Amino acid sequence: MESEVIIEPPRRWLLLHARELWQFRELLFFLVWRDIKVRYKQTIIGAAWAVLQPILTMLVFSVIFGNLLKTPSDGIPYPLFSFAALIPWQLFSRALSDSANSLINNQHMVTKIYFPRLFLPAASILSGLLDFSISMLVLFGMMFYYKVEITWAILTLPLFILLAVITALAAGIWLSALNVSYRDVKYVLPFLLQIWLYATPIAYSTKIIPEKWRFIAGLNPMSGVVNGFRWALLGQTSETSTLLSLSIVIIIILFLSGLFYFQYMEQTFADIV
Amino acid sequence: MSFIIRAENIGKRYYITQTQEYTMVRDILANVGHNLTRKISSIIRNNGSGGNPKQNELWALKNIDFEIQPGQSIGIIGKNGAGKSTLLKILSRITKPTEGRIRMRGRVGSLLEVGTGFHPELTGRENVYLNGSILGMRKNEIDRRFDEIVAFSETEAFLDTPIKFFSSGMRMRLAFSVAAHLNPEILLIDEILAVGDISFQHKSLGKMNEVAASGRTILFISHSMAAIKALCQSAILLDAGRIVYNGGVDEAIDIYTRDESRGTSGSYHQENISQAIAQIISTELVDNKGLVNNKFAHDNKITIRTRLLVQGRSIPATVCLHINNANLDTIIASYDFESDDAFLLPKKPGVHCYEITIPANVLIPGQYSIGFEITQPAKRTTWILNRIDMICPFEIYDNGSTIARVNAHWRGLVHPPVNWKINEDTRIPGKATNL
Repeated sequence: MESEVIIEPPRRWLLLHARELWQFRELLFFLVWRDIKVRYKQTIIGAAWAVLQPILTMLVFSVIFGNLLKTPSDGIPYPLFSFAALIPWQLFSRALSDSANSLINNQHMVTKIYFPRLFLPAASILSGLLDFSISMLVLFGMMFYYKVEITWAILTLPLFILLAVITALAAGIWLSALNVSYRDVKYVLPFLLQIWLYATPIAYSTKIIPEKWRFIAGLNPMSGVVNGFRWALLGQTSETSTLLSLSIVIIIILFLSGLFYFQYMEQTFADIV
Repeated sequence: MSFIIRAENIGKRYYITQTQEYTMVRDILANVGHNLTRKISSIIRNNGSGGNPKQNELWALKNIDFEIQPGQSIGIIGKNGAGKSTLLKILSRITKPTEGRIRMRGRVGSLLEVGTGFHPELTGRENVYLNGSILGMRKNEIDRRFDEIVAFSETEAFLDTPIKFFSSGMRMRLAFSVAAHLNPEILLIDEILAVGDISFQHKSLGKMNEVAASGRTILFISHSMAAIKALCQSAILLDAGRIVYNGGVDEAIDIYTRDESRGTSGSYHQENISQAIAQIISTELVDNKGLVNNKFAHDNKITIRTRLLVQGRSIPATVCLHINNANLDTIIASYDFESDDAFLLPKKPGVHCYEITIPANVLIPGQYSIGFEITQPAKRTTWILNRIDMICPFEIYDNGSTIARVNAHWRGLVHPPVNWKINEDTRIPGKATNL
């Protein structure tokens, strides 16, 4: 006989069901594929939305922070300075809000069929990568327009993308699991994202933060991502490598604790959702 | 020894949250405050009984033990709320038991709902892949069986149309086809044949039989005893979360139908009224003296008084009465609209009281039960919105018929009056009168 499945009462500590995730890997692909297809099917301009949002935000930022407030942008043209940060931010914020609501939005699946629930927040994060790639093209276009020289640093870019994705995943699995039992998450989330946006050096440069506060700002993993993007693409000098490693440690802790919490809660999702 | 599923002492506890649907953090804070004041006040009053948390707990299942051998088809029967669906949810790993342990050997496919994960914006083809993969099929497996699935569902022509344009019948057919072509060792099915397109129901039941015959293990929940009987050799009868009977299908159905609460006294009352848009909430059998009864003479009429509850919106639902004999064959079926076309008009939300008369001298002596199907005629088919089977068991007895008098037997299924006449004719055919 092949593998035996044992069903037992919920347990507090569970190891990651890596084998099971592997068995179901095609489902992850199908969920991502569904999210992407569905998103563009009913919109008129489809994928253009992916580009339009960060571009419009960039324009607003450029007018208010760049022209009116004259925010220093480390010698980089302000539109490019903010756009290079807005793109990873857009990836992160969309991924986070989609994944936080993923279990609720798919309740009919959660209550009617068994599959690794982790795939729901994960799929909503991965499907955002398509939008991200499209807006990356726009960014490269802008870099070409502003005649930015591309350096070897660009090769580190995937690392920062990965960091943004894992940060979104870490926060996303926490929030999606909490959202099942506490619907407050839905109300907290937009607020959280707004605060997080201002806490991340997107509209401004880390350099305007007083020295003694930079450590605290560096705890925000998204600061590391945003600065990393500017460093890798725009060749801005980075002085945040120690802070970056600190935020990586924070993300790993957040991610692992989120996994445990999610897997523990997963056992009762169907009863409470 | 060679079991495929073994359940040991399974229990599932739910806490009933009374008023609100979802917990908010503020409710928890409010509850903490509330419990605290209750506790304090109970300490002051010096009794420890303040706030018993066990009040709200409900064991949906308790002490469930069974073993299933490979290749068996098991029916799971019981009233609404007996724990059937909870048991299937635990077996399909959607939820975990509170206690006990289940061991299962082999791939499990569960069909708790047809079309889980179907997305209206995606085309038929896309949904087959999505749904198949949600049900646990691999992509190459779906590729391989794709044509088979589509052929069975009879939706070839619409494969590249988003399913939001499908009729509900087509959507149902496509969904069932995907599910029916899953290839698990253990198949768990919850009442999927209960509602939907009548002609496709027969086809689906046939497919299930085919699956069962191929040596797969099937656990099947249904309110339709006829479907259970057609598909399963044995059955588990649940009542209030416990196994009442586990054995042959005939005995299980027998015990179930003898169950008091289905109305041995000739009446039936639905205890937990569901959200369904149309449902039968009570039924009474009344004899010619106007009394509720469950024994009727064969030469008396039977009046059935039943109440249909429609909720939400007006629907063009029609009610169909079934009378089943002891073998569960439907021997009489009658729609409300046969009596008056007005029954075809949409029925408003509220309670509709019917009085149905079965004429005397139709049913032969024996045991019967009745059932109702609430249907909605659609373009090419009829939709079953809700059904209830085997309520109000009753007996027809011989009230001194000629058949009894001459010691003959009642034969046939029904016995409407048939007229015999005889005219004497002295001629004998075939014999030529050559005189």
